[in-house]
Amino acid sequence: EFKVHRVRFFNYIPSGIRCVAYNNQSNRLAVSRTDGTVEIYNLSANYFQEKFFPGHESRATEALCWAKGQRLFSAGLNGEIIEYDLQALNIKYAMDAFGGPIWSMAVSPHGSQLLVGCEDGSVKLFQITPDKIQFERNFDRQKSRILSLGWHPSGTHVAAGSIDYISVFDVKSGSAVHKMLVDRQYMGVSKRKCIIWGVAFLSDGTVISVDSAGKVQFWDSATGTLVKNHLIANADVQSIAVSDQEDSFVVGTAEGTVFHFQLVSVTSNSSEKQWVRTKPFQHHTHDVRAVAHSPTALISGGTDTHLVIRPLMEKVEVKNYDAALRKITFPHRRLISCSKKRQLLLFQFTHHLELWRLGSTVATGKNGDTLPLSRDADHLLHLKTKGPENIICSCISPCGSWIAYSTTSRFFLYRLNYEHDNISLQRVSKMPAFLRSALQILFSEDSTKLFVASNQGSLHVIRLLEGSFKHLHTFQPQSGTVESMCLLAVSPDGNWLASSGTSAGVHVYNIKHLKLHCTVPSYNFPVTALAIAPNTNNLVIAHSDQQVFEYSIPDKQYTEWSRTIQKQGFHYLWLQRDTPITHISFHPKRPMHILLHDAYMFCIIDKSLPLPNDKTLLYNPLPPTKESDVIRRRTAHAFKISKIYKPLLFMDLLDERTLVAVERPLDDIIAQLPPPIKKKKFGT
Amino acid sequence: MAALEEGFTLSAVPLGAGPHGLLGVEQSDKADQFLVTDGGRTVILYKVSDQKPLGSWSVKQGQIITCPAVCNFQTGEYIVVHDNKVLRIWSNEDVNLDKVFKATLSAEIYRIHSIQGAEPLVLFKEGAVRGLEALLAEPQQKIETVISDEEVIKWTKIFMVFKHPVLIFITEKHGNYFAYIQKFNSHTLSKYTLLLGQEEKSVIQSFTASVDRKFISLMSLSSDGCIYETLVPIHPSDPEKDQRVVRSLLLKDVVSGDGRNGVALTVLDQDHVAVLGPPLPSSKECISIWNTKFQTLQTSKELSQGTSGQLWYYGENLFVLHGKFLTVIPYKCEVSSLAGALGKLKHSQDPGTQTVPHFVNWETSRGHRLGSQNSEQSKRIKDSEKHIEEELCKFLAIKPTPDFNTIIGDIVSELLGRHKAEPSFYPRNSLMQLIQTHVLSHSLCPGLMEAALEKADVQMLQLCLQQFPDIPESVTCACLKIFLSISDGSLQEAEINMESVSDYSDSVQEEKMEEQTEVLHNGFNAEEENCGNCDQELNKKPQDAAEETMSCPVIPKRAALLRNAILHSAYSEMFLLPHLKDIPAQHVTLFLQYLYFLYLKCSENATMTLPGLHPPTLNQIMDWICLLLDANFTVVVMIPEAKRLLLSLYKFVKSQICICSELNKIEVSFRELQKLNQEKNNRELYSIEVLELF
Repeated sequence: EFKVHRVRFFNYIPSGIRCVAYNNQSNRLAVSRTDGTVEIYNLSANYFQEKFFPGHESRATEALCWAKGQRLFSAGLNGEIIEYDLQALNIKYAMDAFGGPIWSMAVSPHGSQLLVGCEDGSVKLFQITPDKIQFERNFDRQKSRILSLGWHPSGTHVAAGSIDYISVFDVKSGSAVHKMLVDRQYMGVSKRKCIIWGVAFLSDGTVISVDSAGKVQFWDSATGTLVKNHLIANADVQSIAVSDQEDSFVVGTAEGTVFHFQLVSVTSNSSEKQWVRTKPFQHHTHDVRAVAHSPTALISGGTDTHLVIRPLMEKVEVKNYDAALRKITFPHRRLISCSKKRQLLLFQFTHHLELWRLGSTVATGKNGDTLPLSRDADHLLHLKTKGPENIICSCISPCGSWIAYSTTSRFFLYRLNYEHDNISLQRVSKMPAFLRSALQILFSEDSTKLFVASNQGSLHVIRLLEGSFKHLHTFQPQSGTVESMCLLAVSPDGNWLASSGTSAGVHVYNIKHLKLHCTVPSYNFPVTALAIAPNTNNLVIAHSDQQVFEYSIPDKQYTEWSRTIQKQGFHYLWLQRDTPITHISFHPKRPMHILLHDAYMFCIIDKSLPLPNDKTLLYNPLPPTKESDVIRRRTAHAFKISKIYKPLLFMDLLDERTLVAVERPLDDIIAQLPPPIKKKKFGT
Repeated sequence: MAALEEGFTLSAVPLGAGPHGLLGVEQSDKADQFLVTDGGRTVILYKVSDQKPLGSWSVKQGQIITCPAVCNFQTGEYIVVHDNKVLRIWSNEDVNLDKVFKATLSAEIYRIHSIQGAEPLVLFKEGAVRGLEALLAEPQQKIETVISDEEVIKWTKIFMVFKHPVLIFITEKHGNYFAYIQKFNSHTLSKYTLLLGQEEKSVIQSFTASVDRKFISLMSLSSDGCIYETLVPIHPSDPEKDQRVVRSLLLKDVVSGDGRNGVALTVLDQDHVAVLGPPLPSSKECISIWNTKFQTLQTSKELSQGTSGQLWYYGENLFVLHGKFLTVIPYKCEVSSLAGALGKLKHSQDPGTQTVPHFVNWETSRGHRLGSQNSEQSKRIKDSEKHIEEELCKFLAIKPTPDFNTIIGDIVSELLGRHKAEPSFYPRNSLMQLIQTHVLSHSLCPGLMEAALEKADVQMLQLCLQQFPDIPESVTCACLKIFLSISDGSLQEAEINMESVSDYSDSVQEEKMEEQTEVLHNGFNAEEENCGNCDQELNKKPQDAAEETMSCPVIPKRAALLRNAILHSAYSEMFLLPHLKDIPAQHVTLFLQYLYFLYLKCSENATMTLPGLHPPTLNQIMDWICLLLDANFTVVVMIPEAKRLLLSLYKFVKSQICICSELNKIEVSFRELQKLNQEKNNRELYSIEVLELF
């Protein structure tokens, strides 16, 4: 039985999705958001968000694409083309295209050339060299901005969507071969302009365009004529993506609808085929700004911040849980840290931090009661970042007297002083040069040490003193690897530090002797959460495929319980959860308990109880009645699950009897989004 | 259950049958009369039911008949061949064969085939086939050789396939058998090699064949005593090529192979064959009926005096040369069941063996009944309907198999097929029962609704409309027409599913309901109904207008039909509209009035629904009103009775538009209210709760 601080004042709003780019080879999805953040999802690893690149105020990403050799490029309204380093998780370089804001970008089918469409109407061709990109030449300058680009699969021609017309370029000569004017008329009414939001070039020479008048149009690029016209929306059609086989494509509209088009035989067993609008999906409430087409799924994202992955039933071979719709709303990392001693919560936003003190109560009650508050929660601090960069990570020390956060280029450490109800904040100046950016920050349990994972794979250990600090040691990454560490965990006694990257195994360091103690064997799926248990120093690792391992650090091997559960397997419902475990904690008095949570449930694993098998009920929401006490004891199993709090962004144990749960109701997010396109409810 | 009745000899006079027996028994143009051709010189015409000869003709001494006499069904004349090449054609009046028409041909004839509906065909020994007319026009014409040297025709038969004769003949050459199929509509000859399989050594002793739509099922009785079946396609995939067909074992050890006088085989019907021969090497010869489907011996009869190893089957009679006498054995096959089929071997003394009658042989029962007497027909039909019903009950009681729906579909089309052939046969109850299995669809049995429409069987139509998911719009419209046009009187007789129609005829007051239905039966004059929630404007109208709009304009049974069947049916506007135009104007008006009545009923309550189970939705009602008006507007506008109706419809639409625009205006306020409501429900941003985990 716990007292739960149910927190709903974390006013977090995910940014809208601007672009998505799917990479077929690695089955990864790159997503860029309106705040400039770029996230990488591994679709093979249970849709886990394994990497992210923090955004920048001035860098609005307008286009995102993968090039040969798993290289990721983005371009935006600041006129720069950026390549990301997927190993070190930073920006490799940014290059100005000198054409004003860039609206569109496309990689050639062979992946060796990059094309950008600029505000000034120029289309610029870049050659992708092994370590950079090199400007090659300009295509014929057009009158207005180039909003969309599409390569012909052979790489010889390019279609470019502008305002009111589509141009077809010959890549060799760079000259416009055709100019196809798009009808401005919309439902008989002449609109001001018709913006070509997206083009796709098929190998048979067909150009498909989507525009602001709600049309999907098929053009013959050889003659420059309109072949077919589908009016599908009363608002803009904003995005298009074609499958590799060119037998289906997907478009997204500003009304939140995603339409699937398929190349279907006119009659059965005839070779003549035509494009038919087959399925509409309404998973979004707002504009669908970006769509992607993986071999088995339609992926869409937009202003309403959801990333929706809709598997195509006809392409899915086994109708299992993977065939279900996925809706990813919240980041798969922690944005909240908590000071247990002072009952403080630190919330991380893109450009500021908020510090809140939890309230208290003296009352007691039974299950389900809401207790009267003797003191309400206080908003103690609002800390704005300096500079345009987004916050990568933040942490508050367990004692509550230190706050650290990092952006891409700067690391900040603050000392908090509490005098009754007043708080004073003091920045620790003169950060050393090596502490420039951090991917993860962690304080030791006694708040005397600070651990920082930097983006070159190194781990810094810093001793904190009153108002100053001292650099103790830097653990360099294993020779040859530059993979950045994203997750850190420290043992409560301060002797062990565990760190994990995106793919390699978990490394455990001995803090006392400042050396690598051991490496947990690497597993196929990325780690989503790490924690070291008190006293036993067992390392609990949660992976994106919902497996949980327990590894004994002193013994350098998996524990007996971990082996048992691996042998028996997890309950099928446990494995079918679709959000990763983002936080693990322990009960100080009950060593057999492990507390963990994902976005839709929180669970206490009691290792002393028998494991559930597939026949037992995993989640039982009803409290047991008295007479069934015997049955209860017989059917009790190790997983005690609560689904009361959802979506759950954070949950931790404050003390033996108190939990804190941070919820972010979806309705609150929707309420703060701009209103969707109004649809008439009454009449026609 | 197949049975052989007591046989009787046809002639007291022993036929001059030599070791080769008779040449043949052929049908004549009159039922019950058969031409029997002796092995020597004589042709006798017998009337079987009288058991006596009607006429006898002989050729001159020294001449010998080489081919059985046949009857030309087109002219009624008889044709016979003697000395291989000479044709004789005579009629009943002729006495002496020497004096009748004679034609000498240039090649030797194997057989003359005559079949109802076609001219006789002459098959020459060299395999060529000619029509009789063409042959008589030029008797000395050259006849080509079709089959190779040393190839000998063994057996031949003719069929009518789709009104065209198809001739099959089997040849043998060095122990290899070939089948030739000659089609006369396309004049194609296709050749098939019969692959005998492993039983290479066996000699085929007798052939028989029956025809299906696409195949000739050729059965052969081999010297090893087994019956084999070969399916020879009538329409070959490639007529030029020499094709091969294999035979499959059908029945094993039906006769002992080494019978002295040979064995014979003939197909009786789809599932039965008659076999002549000794069942065991030492036993006397028998005629046995085998069921090929169940591989069971149905009945058997010993022919102690020996036979010639020849067997003919026409109509219901088997002809056999028993000793020296031609014997006729009537054969009957009644409705059979598995138990019945097994009965002969297991417990033949038990007459009531229909304990597990799941395998009802519809074909045979039908075929049997067709031959029944006209006077008894209607009674028989009633009986058979009843019988089918009972069988169906038993059949439906068993657990459905995966192909249950196709079986049901087959049964229905079988029943309908019989209905078509025999209009008085209309197994209504059985069909209803079948429809209620919920597995039928219109495409499975397209004739069903057609038949019901013909019969104006509204109950059946209602059931179909409710059960079938795929009724074409034209049929829906035809149903609607019937529903609207059928007289009240015949409606009263019909048993119609009145589900929830009476609920709202008068849902306000129970007592009123009773008197009102009585009034309603007479037509349109109903008293004013108490309708409080109705539009104020309408209530202010003159008395008669209110009457017309408030009361149901159709009798409840018709209402039930319209409401529960038509309004629920699926349709596509495009396809329905042209058919709606065909409905007469007064029926359109009636239907519109009813729809309008339903609409008023709908708008009586706040949820805009009708009472009862599965009520039609407001949208369905409105769609039908729109469709009807679209299709018939020009007509309806001209009808004075419809004027008031159109006027009130117009008023309704107008007020509806008003409401919609008002609603649009206050939509924002609604949303704000909703938001307020939500916020009230929402818990505080921060709370401390107690949680117990189990």
